[in-house]
Amino acid sequence: MLLDALLFQLGYNAALVMIGAGLLGLAAGMAGTFLFLRKRALVSDAISHATLPGIAVAFIVMEAFGGDGRSLAGLLIGAICASALGLAAVTYLGNRTRLSEDAAIGAVLSVFFGFGIVLLTVIQAFGYGRQSGLEGFLLGSTAGMLRSDATLIAVSAALTCAIVLLMRRPLTVAAFDPGFARVSGQRPDWAEAVLMAVVLAVTVVGLKVVGLILIVALLIIPPVAARFWSDQSTHVLWISSIIGGLAGYFGAALSAIAPDLPTGPIIVLCAFGLFLVSFLFAPERGVLASVLRHFRFRRDVHMRQGLLALAQGHPIFEDLTLKLLIRAGFASADGVPTDTGRARAAKALRDEARWREVRGDPAFERAAARYDGLTDLSDVLTEDQLREVDARIGPPVGAA
Amino acid sequence: MTLELVGHSSEQDRAAPLLIRGMTVSYGEKPAVFSADMALRAGEMTAIIGPNGAGKSTLLKAALGIVTPLAGQAQFFGQTLDAVRGRLAYVPQRASVDWDFPTRVIDVVLMGLYPRLGLLGRIRGNHRDEAMGCLERVGMEAFAKRQIGQLSGGQQQRVFLARALAQKADLYLLDEPFAGVDAATEKAIITVLKSLTEAGKTVVAVHHDLATVVDYFDNVLLLATQVIAQGPVEEVFTKALLEKTYGGRLSQAVMPESAVS
Repeated sequence: MLLDALLFQLGYNAALVMIGAGLLGLAAGMAGTFLFLRKRALVSDAISHATLPGIAVAFIVMEAFGGDGRSLAGLLIGAICASALGLAAVTYLGNRTRLSEDAAIGAVLSVFFGFGIVLLTVIQAFGYGRQSGLEGFLLGSTAGMLRSDATLIAVSAALTCAIVLLMRRPLTVAAFDPGFARVSGQRPDWAEAVLMAVVLAVTVVGLKVVGLILIVALLIIPPVAARFWSDQSTHVLWISSIIGGLAGYFGAALSAIAPDLPTGPIIVLCAFGLFLVSFLFAPERGVLASVLRHFRFRRDVHMRQGLLALAQGHPIFEDLTLKLLIRAGFASADGVPTDTGRARAAKALRDEARWREVRGDPAFERAAARYDGLTDLSDVLTEDQLREVDARIGPPVGAA
Repeated sequence: MTLELVGHSSEQDRAAPLLIRGMTVSYGEKPAVFSADMALRAGEMTAIIGPNGAGKSTLLKAALGIVTPLAGQAQFFGQTLDAVRGRLAYVPQRASVDWDFPTRVIDVVLMGLYPRLGLLGRIRGNHRDEAMGCLERVGMEAFAKRQIGQLSGGQQQRVFLARALAQKADLYLLDEPFAGVDAATEKAIITVLKSLTEAGKTVVAVHHDLATVVDYFDNVLLLATQVIAQGPVEEVFTKALLEKTYGGRLSQAVMPESAVS
């Protein structure tokens, strides 16, 4: 069943919804990357919650003028107006008053959302015969989505992606170093405005699919997950958009099989699944990799310390050190060095002496910067340099 | 946006690289910089010095439009800032940057080429070579692939300088380039800056170490919210004027022996 859905076997509309959700995820992943890099991720939460009164007012106005209150385009225009107002309020409170941005976000988010809920209740109380279906905007609902709606979502998501890609350089520089951006003429204020417009677009487009409560997750989770995979902002951008796209696509497919479940939470859970995989298994930065790295590092440190202790005839107190030395065949069970152990220990001591010489000489400044107590100096210096160092410290002492 | 600057008319070259007139900047009610005038001499190195909170960084930022002044103007090479952005390179304070940012050393230097590349220009091999060349000049080529957060403070500063070099500017403005850097970095930076002025470029730096002013700079501007004095080091870097700039804060220990008495 899921396979049918993934391969677009559930009919044209379901396929269109899945493509739309995928593109939406892609756009959210891209826009979210720059929000995340700018450290303004929560602004999107204020924007999304601020859409609700706009949707409700748009519905009332359209019904009052005898139109169809459920027209998606009309509702989205209302959402855009209200969320722009919410964004303006956050920006004003954050920049022009003593409120910090997080306080401004909290205030705007709750007031707008509260107002929106009141309006929704009013709409229900007045008993519009054709129940509005506006609740679908809270948590997202793709069931019964019109073909034109899906097309609208797909096209605007694609446009959003294009804008972010076009602006990626100014957006990157503005997030990293706004002072430099301004002086070199890359207009960080414009970049910021474009970013906010794009986030607003993603939010409004995502209302129908993900819902206004959870759209923030689709903007934040993909870049956070992508950050585990790369230290380069361009790669983070691509990976984030792929994660967002996959989450949207899979989530919409699952939702097509089980239409009773709200679409938004499913998409967000898919994104979370991808986050979990990244968090645990990403090379270099994932939890597993860093635990392994830590163990390897600890082993190397103990080994080195053990060898130095052997070389200098010091007793070894640490169980782990002794165990490592014995396992490597460098020492017998009572801590007495074997022949290979003695040779390795002398080598370690020699390396230590070389390092001391190198670190004391400003001429070797760059090599000395690589000192970590573990790296062999012969990996850092050339043969000639090593000979020079050796000439200064004299022949090895105590070598067997 | 992508302005190719090949030749300048001789009239523009005679104009001061930076001319500030009546600059006043205020955070809140108290002015940080009050009615400051400043003129840079082309092809020379100028230090802006003064006590903490004297408005040194603010003066640079106001001239560059990073903070909006209450009053005053800045002209670069006799023109407005917008007309000559391509001839300026700015090195901000290290603390103003997010060092956790996912970017590598080489990518930071490539940012110096963005104004030339525009929005869509592709980064090609020759751009990478150029960026590597800039890293070599500051002795950081071995670190090109490192994430910037892994560098020491001095190394980060050198990468910033490499980015400024990539901009191929005529005027270099540096905010506290020697703050919190190691001796090797300080030497590397000053060597590069001196080579820039030898090539006819102009350098201005916010500076805080009085002991090195005479060795490093040709001119000084003494700032304590207002400009106390400016001119060649041998004329302006005097005990009397320094005391006037620093007031009671200039202890005998800080007073460099190199100051002209």
